[in-house]
Amino acid sequence: MIHYIWIFMIASGVVAAAFQGNMDVVTQAALNGAKEAVAVCIGLISILVFWLGMMRIAQDAGLLDKLARLLRPVARFLFPGVPENHPAMGYILSNMSANLFGLGNAATPMGLKAMEELQKLNPDPRTATPAMCTLLALNTSGLTLIPTTIIGIRMKHGSVDPTDIIGPTILATFVATTLAVLLDRYYRNRTFDAHGRLKK
Amino acid sequence: MVEVVSWISRMMIPSILVLIPLYAVMRKVPVYESFVEGAKEGFPTAVSIIPHLVGMMVAVSVFRETGALEFYLKFLSPLFSWLHIPMEVVPIGLLRPISGTGSLAFVESVMRTYGPDSFLGKLAATIQGSTDTTLYVLTVYFGAVGIRRSLYALKVGLWADLAGFLASWIICSLMFL
Repeated sequence: MIHYIWIFMIASGVVAAAFQGNMDVVTQAALNGAKEAVAVCIGLISILVFWLGMMRIAQDAGLLDKLARLLRPVARFLFPGVPENHPAMGYILSNMSANLFGLGNAATPMGLKAMEELQKLNPDPRTATPAMCTLLALNTSGLTLIPTTIIGIRMKHGSVDPTDIIGPTILATFVATTLAVLLDRYYRNRTFDAHGRLKK
Repeated sequence: MVEVVSWISRMMIPSILVLIPLYAVMRKVPVYESFVEGAKEGFPTAVSIIPHLVGMMVAVSVFRETGALEFYLKFLSPLFSWLHIPMEVVPIGLLRPISGTGSLAFVESVMRTYGPDSFLGKLAATIQGSTDTTLYVLTVYFGAVGIRRSLYALKVGLWADLAGFLASWIICSLMFL
């Protein structure tokens, strides 16, 4: 599906440029996009290095195992395929906690560690596993309790009560995340058999 | 309320920064070595994401800067006005899954034009807060471990974004109108 979205964006961009008779826009836009992507990755380096260092301390101190044990019921419901004491569980749960508190920067390294651990359980390293899809569902549905960035922007624009959107945001996120978890379950049952193997 | 929330978010990282190493020291973990050992993985991970992110962001940039996005927005506008969804926030919802900074730019412009405490300002904030950059997350997470077949993950993320958008609109209409 991602292939289609990719080709759709590029093809419609080129057609739009053709209609305006200005193909140079495409070249410029493509190079801008590439430049921006590398800039994002460079920005990610410092965040990844810092948080992965902190995460390792937490892991060596046994904090991740503690967190995983604490949230075991949630984890067992969301990730039935992952063994309970697997290191992936601690990373998944710290990724979820970081997302909930709006620490977007910290959530990415933890999510990547979780993916890495889940990949070790994956029989086919090129194809996503059910647990990976669930982790993505949680991350792409915008799971947040305190939308810190948005509150900051509202403060910047002189809002009288910048936090009054917390309530509606939590409600809307709850709707989106619930739907994501349900849909994830639905597609998982259609795509995988009971042993986590691809059907057909 | 503002003070409490901003205090919590300000204190979060400093307290993590102190509490984790402190606890680890008590458990006799060589904290500095641990930190360096973990931090080493940061650079290669960031570098391994580059090709995936360049691929995705080139497409997003072409789609946006050539005016293709604007065309689809115009094309869809009758549908949104029929649903009574304000056109001002539609670009946020449409752009959010593909580009976080792109949709944020529209949030900023809504706040500049109508004010952060207007209905549109609050709606824009709620939409931005309850949805996520699905395409970016998918690219980075799957790219980092080399997954090629993402199966249904994208579909689920996009449906969740649509749900977050519509839920924001309904909830804000009930609460702020």
